[in-house]
Amino acid sequence: MSVPRYWRNEVPRYRLQGEECTQCGAKYFPARPVCTCGSTEFKPYKLAERGVVVTWTVISNAPIGFQKYVPYVVALIELEDGCKLLSQVVDIDPAEVVDGLKVEAVFRKIKEDGKDGIIQYGYKFRPIIE
Amino acid sequence: MRKVKIAGTGLIKVKEYWDRSIQDLFAEASLKAIKDASIGDLDKVYVSNMGAALMQDQLNLATILTESLGKPGLSATRIEAGSASGGVAFHEAVQAVASGYSDAVLVTGVEKMSDILPDVVTTGLAMAEDQEYTAYTGVTKTGIAAMIHRLYMDLYASPKEICMMAVKSHEHAVGCKHAQYPFKMSIERAMASPMEADPIHMMECSGIGDGAAALVLVPSDDEGVEVAGTAVSTDYTSIAQRTDPLEMRAIKDAAEKAYKMAGIKASDISLAEVQDDYTINGILGIEGLGLAKTGEGTKMVNNGDVDKDGKTPINTFGGLKARGNPLGATGIYQLAEVALQLQGKAGDHQVEGAKIGVAQNMGGMASICSVNVLRRVGE
Repeated sequence: MSVPRYWRNEVPRYRLQGEECTQCGAKYFPARPVCTCGSTEFKPYKLAERGVVVTWTVISNAPIGFQKYVPYVVALIELEDGCKLLSQVVDIDPAEVVDGLKVEAVFRKIKEDGKDGIIQYGYKFRPIIE
Repeated sequence: MRKVKIAGTGLIKVKEYWDRSIQDLFAEASLKAIKDASIGDLDKVYVSNMGAALMQDQLNLATILTESLGKPGLSATRIEAGSASGGVAFHEAVQAVASGYSDAVLVTGVEKMSDILPDVVTTGLAMAEDQEYTAYTGVTKTGIAAMIHRLYMDLYASPKEICMMAVKSHEHAVGCKHAQYPFKMSIERAMASPMEADPIHMMECSGIGDGAAALVLVPSDDEGVEVAGTAVSTDYTSIAQRTDPLEMRAIKDAAEKAYKMAGIKASDISLAEVQDDYTINGILGIEGLGLAKTGEGTKMVNNGDVDKDGKTPINTFGGLKARGNPLGATGIYQLAEVALQLQGKAGDHQVEGAKIGVAQNMGGMASICSVNVLRRVGE
């Protein structure tokens, strides 16, 4: 992971910030250059930080950099504002994850790029304790 | 546009070739296809490959591989579209002949996965997903399929019904000389295998293998196996961007376009090869091709409709699960197998009276999909 590549994703990843089309109001996370309505005009949009698990999996065979977290949960989450994203769900026994689980965003370490590389941070989600 | 036919096919067994290079595999399959086609000079080579940059540290791959044919001067292009590389390369090769620009095109898919360790394979497969917001979460290719598998299970079918897709593919591979795993696998064994990414069991996933498959395309003379329809379609890469994550729009769209070009309906299809790199993907392939209604793909798999003598035989040489899934080569294996069926050269795997065959090859979680329709013409 190069430093500029990491740095240019900091705001979206640290703040859960996407974009909203100023023409049709469609919301995108991550941002994209052209809206499906054809517009290229967007304004920053802060995503909701709470949502529910739509579907999920437990990763047993991880990519390089993630092995020490195995087994871990990755879920498709629908936020309260209707936006969807993929994220790890942490602070829960994988066996206790269910469809519809209410979750909230947290700021966490994602992975380390070896001993000398960047320590990557960003969003994960955890169960909401009512 | 000129009509295009398949003049030659060349396949090698999918396995782990520790003692052979990617050039060796490419050359063997290519020379077989060239010999089978009995043609003189080629004027174009397409190479389909997904991972040589990662697995062999090799770029400029089409040049490196074409050099192994001993014919300097040939035009050569490498196509990479994740796991759909084969079907997409074929789509391009067909256009080269159809346009009149090329008269004899070799399209060879090759992948040599055994040159890297399994954890690098896992990382490499996730490279077909967006790196910044999908692979970034630590999800794997299997993990994404697993999330779709769970949604499908919630709505339509039991884990066992979905798992039957793998059992059927293994049944069909028995006796197949180019298959990596030409043996039966029981549903009990598959369901008892460890979870790769819950709810997907290890024995519901295609394995790691090396392989190469080649086809020679020429203008049609109204005899043999013609390309009746060819299409590629794309979708949002991430399932999170899709309105309905269960809808595999790229498969349906590519099928519609290819059928329209061929002037056929799904009910006209004699046999099909679908992308069963995971059992759920095989089911979604069957549905996306219109061979079963949404949510009814597992019924077709479980009631025998996909068997060799069934309504629409599926994966007649074992599919990705049992023939093997050497990524960039897979789509060409599928098309070569369909061609063998339509030529009546499928041996023990022969589907009697096969006239129209379809191959569905996709990359990512159906973020790109090719559907190619072949038809037997003449005597």
